[in-house]
Amino acid sequence: MNWRSVWAIAKKDLKEVRQNKAAWGPGIAVPLIFAILMPLLFIILPQVIPVEDVERELGDIDVMLRSMPPAMQALFEGRSLEQMFVLYMAGFTLAPLFLIMPLMFSTVIGSDSFVGERERKTMEALLYAPTSDIELFLGKVLAAVIPAIGLSWLTYMMYIIVVNVASYPLFGEIWFPLPTWYPLMLWVTPALAVLGISATVLISSRVRTFMEAYQMSASLVILVLGLVIGQVTGVLFLGIGTAMAIGTVIWLVDIALIYVSVKNFKRSALVAKL
Amino acid sequence: METIVEVNGLERTFGQNRAVDGMTFHVKQGEVFGLLGPNGAGKTTTVRLLNGILPPSGGTARVFGLDPATDGQHVRQQTGVLTESPALYERLSARENLEFFGTLAGIPENTLGQRVLDILKFFGLQERVDDKVETYSKGMKQRLALARALVHEPPLLFLDEPTSGLDPEAAQQVNELIAGLGQRNGQTIILATHNLLDAQRLCDRVAILNKGRILAMGSLTELARKLWPVTWVDITFWAAPSESAVGAVKAQRGVMQVTGQDEAWQVQVESEEVIPQIVQTLAGQGASILKVNPRDYTLEDIYFALQAGEK
Repeated sequence: MNWRSVWAIAKKDLKEVRQNKAAWGPGIAVPLIFAILMPLLFIILPQVIPVEDVERELGDIDVMLRSMPPAMQALFEGRSLEQMFVLYMAGFTLAPLFLIMPLMFSTVIGSDSFVGERERKTMEALLYAPTSDIELFLGKVLAAVIPAIGLSWLTYMMYIIVVNVASYPLFGEIWFPLPTWYPLMLWVTPALAVLGISATVLISSRVRTFMEAYQMSASLVILVLGLVIGQVTGVLFLGIGTAMAIGTVIWLVDIALIYVSVKNFKRSALVAKL
Repeated sequence: METIVEVNGLERTFGQNRAVDGMTFHVKQGEVFGLLGPNGAGKTTTVRLLNGILPPSGGTARVFGLDPATDGQHVRQQTGVLTESPALYERLSARENLEFFGTLAGIPENTLGQRVLDILKFFGLQERVDDKVETYSKGMKQRLALARALVHEPPLLFLDEPTSGLDPEAAQQVNELIAGLGQRNGQTIILATHNLLDAQRLCDRVAILNKGRILAMGSLTELARKLWPVTWVDITFWAAPSESAVGAVKAQRGVMQVTGQDEAWQVQVESEEVIPQIVQTLAGQGASILKVNPRDYTLEDIYFALQAGEK
């Protein structure tokens, strides 16, 4: 394995993606919305709206708190109404929403890398380069996975800072991230980034344009929206155990998809689609 | 000269379509070998087969003694390919394009930058090295694509329709560069083209293809001889020669027929060796010869004669 070639392909793809506004546009907009706008909204809101409204809202939350595992309920004990609201919204409701990011980033970059290369008619020259099929595949996968994980972690960091700074007057302490966020950040997020790219590789052989590939791969976001709904309705709480289990399942799916993708990623198949 | 490309009965089918149908040819080191044929003749497929990016359906190919189907990566380390469309990364600069392909070709990091600058200078692009390729003209893109194929100094170069879509001036520039390559570096070149003039100007030998098969192969002279074993000479006189001169030429050994009249004759001869004797005979008869012109066959004549024979 020639890692210099692998990194060269990854770096080249990233340079190209940087020039594709359709690809990097969401890469800037989504972290800003998730990490800054939404937490500020949920933290500032209970401090400016009348207490009765917060109480009414918390009436609904109370039902959900009772359905939470005891360890999670303990996080709410002894908190004020405003603190409970912020804890619930910033600490729980938004958590699964963040899982959209690794999926979205890796599918956008992957679509540009795999299908965009064919769409822009640059694939043939690359196929004539003295690299092996696996080097080509790895270079392109890394080009999508590394920034997808990196951007997701950067957004988490921004979110952690914004939440702690904005809620400090209310809590008087650094309280975030909650323990439930660590498996999401460190286990589920990388798994979803790999899921996004491996699905994109498979889809890329069946579509002609970057947009088609992006739209098809992006439908994976529905999976994450299921988690969001589960969390909001109290059906599924992303506690440490649940998150670890979900991450493990995704990693197993990743392994299967990557295996199939590598088997199908052959020069002869790629050249036939030029 | 060493044979570096050996192709024997090579075949490639796509469904019912036989894109390459039993091709056999050899290319020696330093040769400029043309694959000449219309669209769909199998030129690009042959280039792909010889670089190991497409496996053959039958037959064998060896490039530098290696089988491209099983050892494609090593073959490609020694080849450079100019694809039919430039296939450049338009959002990147010329420097970034060449550095990328140079890295994939294994040029050491410490020499890569200078190598890239040198080759961009050779192709007259030194003023625009950091400009995005999308701002380049078609001719500049084609020169850059040629530079990309050459950046790792491959001993074997494949050029697939190198002047396709270029205006005459840009096409001439590219052709001059290609002609210079063989002379400068002794590179072996396989030129896949449908452009007869390019092939005639650049190739030592050509294989004329149609529907995946080789119709004829050889140098221009060899191909002309195969098709037209006899040759014609056009002779122009200052003044119409005497009847006795006509008789003397007709009687000469090797002369097959004499047509035309007065100051312009067309003489069919068995071979060009007869021509000096005809001139001597005419001079002896007091004829005032203005011009003697053995008829040359162009690649165009040969190509269309062969394609017509196919139909």
